Amino acid sequence: MRLRTDVGCTYPHLLRHLRPLSRPPRLSHTGGMSERGTVPALAKGAGLFCVAVFSQVVAAVVLVGMLLSSVGMVFLFPATVRLMRRMTRLNRRLVAAWTGTPVDEPYLPEPAPPVPIAEGWYRDGRSLYKTPLIPAFNRRLNWLLKDSATWRDFGFLAADMWAGGLIAGAPLLLVVVGAVQLAGGNLIGLTWPLLAIASARWYAPWALHVYGVIARTFLGSTEKARLAQQVDRLARARTEVVDSQAAELRRIERDLHDGAQARLVAVGMTIGAAEELMESDPAAARALLAKAREASSTALQELRQLVRGIHPPVLAERGLGDAVRAVALDTAVRTHVSVDLPGKLDAPLESAAYFAVSELLTNVVRHSGASEAWIDISCQGPTLRITVRDDGHGGADPSRGTGLAGIERRLAAFDGVLALSSPPGGPTTAVIELPRALSVSPRPPVTWRTITTGICWSLCWIPLFPQGFVAMILKLVGTPEKSWFLALYMPERLQWPTIIGMIVLGAGMLATASVLTARHRNAKDAACA
Amino acid sequence: MRVVLAEDLHLLREGLVHLLRAHGLEVVAAVESGPELLDALVRERPDVAVVDVRLPPTFTDEGLQASLAARKRIPGLPVLVLSQHVEQLYARELLADGSGGIGYLLKDRVFNSEQFIDAVRRVAAGGTAMDPEVIAKLLASNARNEPVGRLTPREREVLELMAEGRSNAAIGQRLYLSDSAVGKHTANIFAKLGLAPSDDDNRRVLAVLAYLNDK
Repeated sequence: MRLRTDVGCTYPHLLRHLRPLSRPPRLSHTGGMSERGTVPALAKGAGLFCVAVFSQVVAAVVLVGMLLSSVGMVFLFPATVRLMRRMTRLNRRLVAAWTGTPVDEPYLPEPAPPVPIAEGWYRDGRSLYKTPLIPAFNRRLNWLLKDSATWRDFGFLAADMWAGGLIAGAPLLLVVVGAVQLAGGNLIGLTWPLLAIASARWYAPWALHVYGVIARTFLGSTEKARLAQQVDRLARARTEVVDSQAAELRRIERDLHDGAQARLVAVGMTIGAAEELMESDPAAARALLAKAREASSTALQELRQLVRGIHPPVLAERGLGDAVRAVALDTAVRTHVSVDLPGKLDAPLESAAYFAVSELLTNVVRHSGASEAWIDISCQGPTLRITVRDDGHGGADPSRGTGLAGIERRLAAFDGVLALSSPPGGPTTAVIELPRALSVSPRPPVTWRTITTGICWSLCWIPLFPQGFVAMILKLVGTPEKSWFLALYMPERLQWPTIIGMIVLGAGMLATASVLTARHRNAKDAACA
Repeated sequence: MRVVLAEDLHLLREGLVHLLRAHGLEVVAAVESGPELLDALVRERPDVAVVDVRLPPTFTDEGLQASLAARKRIPGLPVLVLSQHVEQLYARELLADGSGGIGYLLKDRVFNSEQFIDAVRRVAAGGTAMDPEVIAKLLASNARNEPVGRLTPREREVLELMAEGRSNAAIGQRLYLSDSAVGKHTANIFAKLGLAPSDDDNRRVLAVLAYLNDK
């Protein structure tokens, strides 16, 4: 759950939606296949081969490290794996950039550092240690040994040159072989480079693709690693949610305790005092009562503020769309809101989305210097997407301030993400995406309309063409062939009426189907608006 | 003056009935849910309705919806809406038909019975009673609006009170100004905002609110 300031590659699918709003994101560094030229493809293939040769060297070093570890120098193992991972990381980056095949890191999450038990010792299995050094090392060692990605990495480094590397670098090798033969005076050597050049057009891109697939098989994540990462992410999100919820409850408790509660005590005391003065000094009693009334007003004011922070009443009464409209109305920047939601969302998710939008809007007012802002709330299937855009000077930095991090935390509980594009000079665009926000509406029930539309669309051609127009042509031409044309089997005087009747029937079915479909579409559009 | 009252909390409903009766208003129906309210409004056609926004059965904005529905059937039916919170959004919806006779106040304004009854009477007479908090929000969201920024502090005060729906006389009383001084201020405000001046109190309020709403 990371945030990128500039258009990064954390959430590539979200960036599509940033594109019409701001500068086109720089995607060329991930989608290398955009330059479809043969020469770059050849160069990349040659480059990959060279890297594969280097990988072979690294694999040899790693093998030595592992052998030494297995004969007792176990302290070398983590360093060896670190070297190997550095190399495979480079491989992944190159593969993503040059072949257009993105490769995720498959590693299991790093173990947490050991925590001392009550007496200040560190436990590792059955042993206790004074310092965390050895338990930490054991954990790391276990983590590296048990991760299948470690061994797959090694397999890739060792095999790369002989598999993918050879395929990708074949044109280069042919040229080299040809050059060597030519230098030896052998004219056959000329054929190899020519072959390479002739086939390059289709071979080079194909070889890059194959290399990408092979690399992903070795270096990509396995299902197990993916699940482990997801569990890790969920656990972290849960901890954060529980923490922030506890903090929120503490804040509410404090606010109530110091605010409304205290004021109500004061109100009670003031009324008590007024009661005592009622007989002796009615004027003073009245003054006290007025004061009590004021205090109760203030208490209400504070409660109102508090409620707004917990769950804004408009949200409860009207749902996300109108709640956001209400916030937009209270904003000093002219804000345009467009909402396209088919139904009401779950309350917790709605609340998270609402607070995220209102925080983003606060940022617009405070930091962007914008004069106008646009909020767009829409759904794509079950996914809720909210775009907040302004015409300010940009340069928003999520590392400063806690607002954006807070939004991320809120959204993380619902697997939501925030992508921010804020180049210096503006504009700033933030996209929030919440998956599974809307229950996808069940398939619409089959009504007579649906059935009629289906029958009309699927069968209208039969009366219209073979039974109508084709029969008409046969009738005009006067062939004896009757085939399966109903009209031609009829008695002579009924033949024309049947043909015309068929054409009318077919046209009628076509028209009915078109009208019903158009109406259905209109109804759907209206439901969305 | 005949009043229909809608409030779901028994204690508060009784309190309001008591308050209204004490000031010589006749409560012809005191209901506790949205459908009942709509029914009572259409049946009784009261001089004014006092309505809580949140009512059963949905406990959302049932009261507001029922009021709007009733005003559609009986144009200009005076409605005073009470709520625990005020929103510009709701104020806009209430004012949208531009026919006046609209009040929108925080519930705690009831504490000051004189001002509350004054607001009820004003709304019944086809006037407007907007909560100071709505007006404050409205002005805050207009903070970057050029013409509003050009008003003097005094003119701003007058504008606030005017937008709440008060007459020149009431504004003068509140700010310790003579009628003619208030008249001068309002003329200045209208000139600065570029609105056509109007002597009719209600028309004037609606013009100001429309202007502020149209940011």
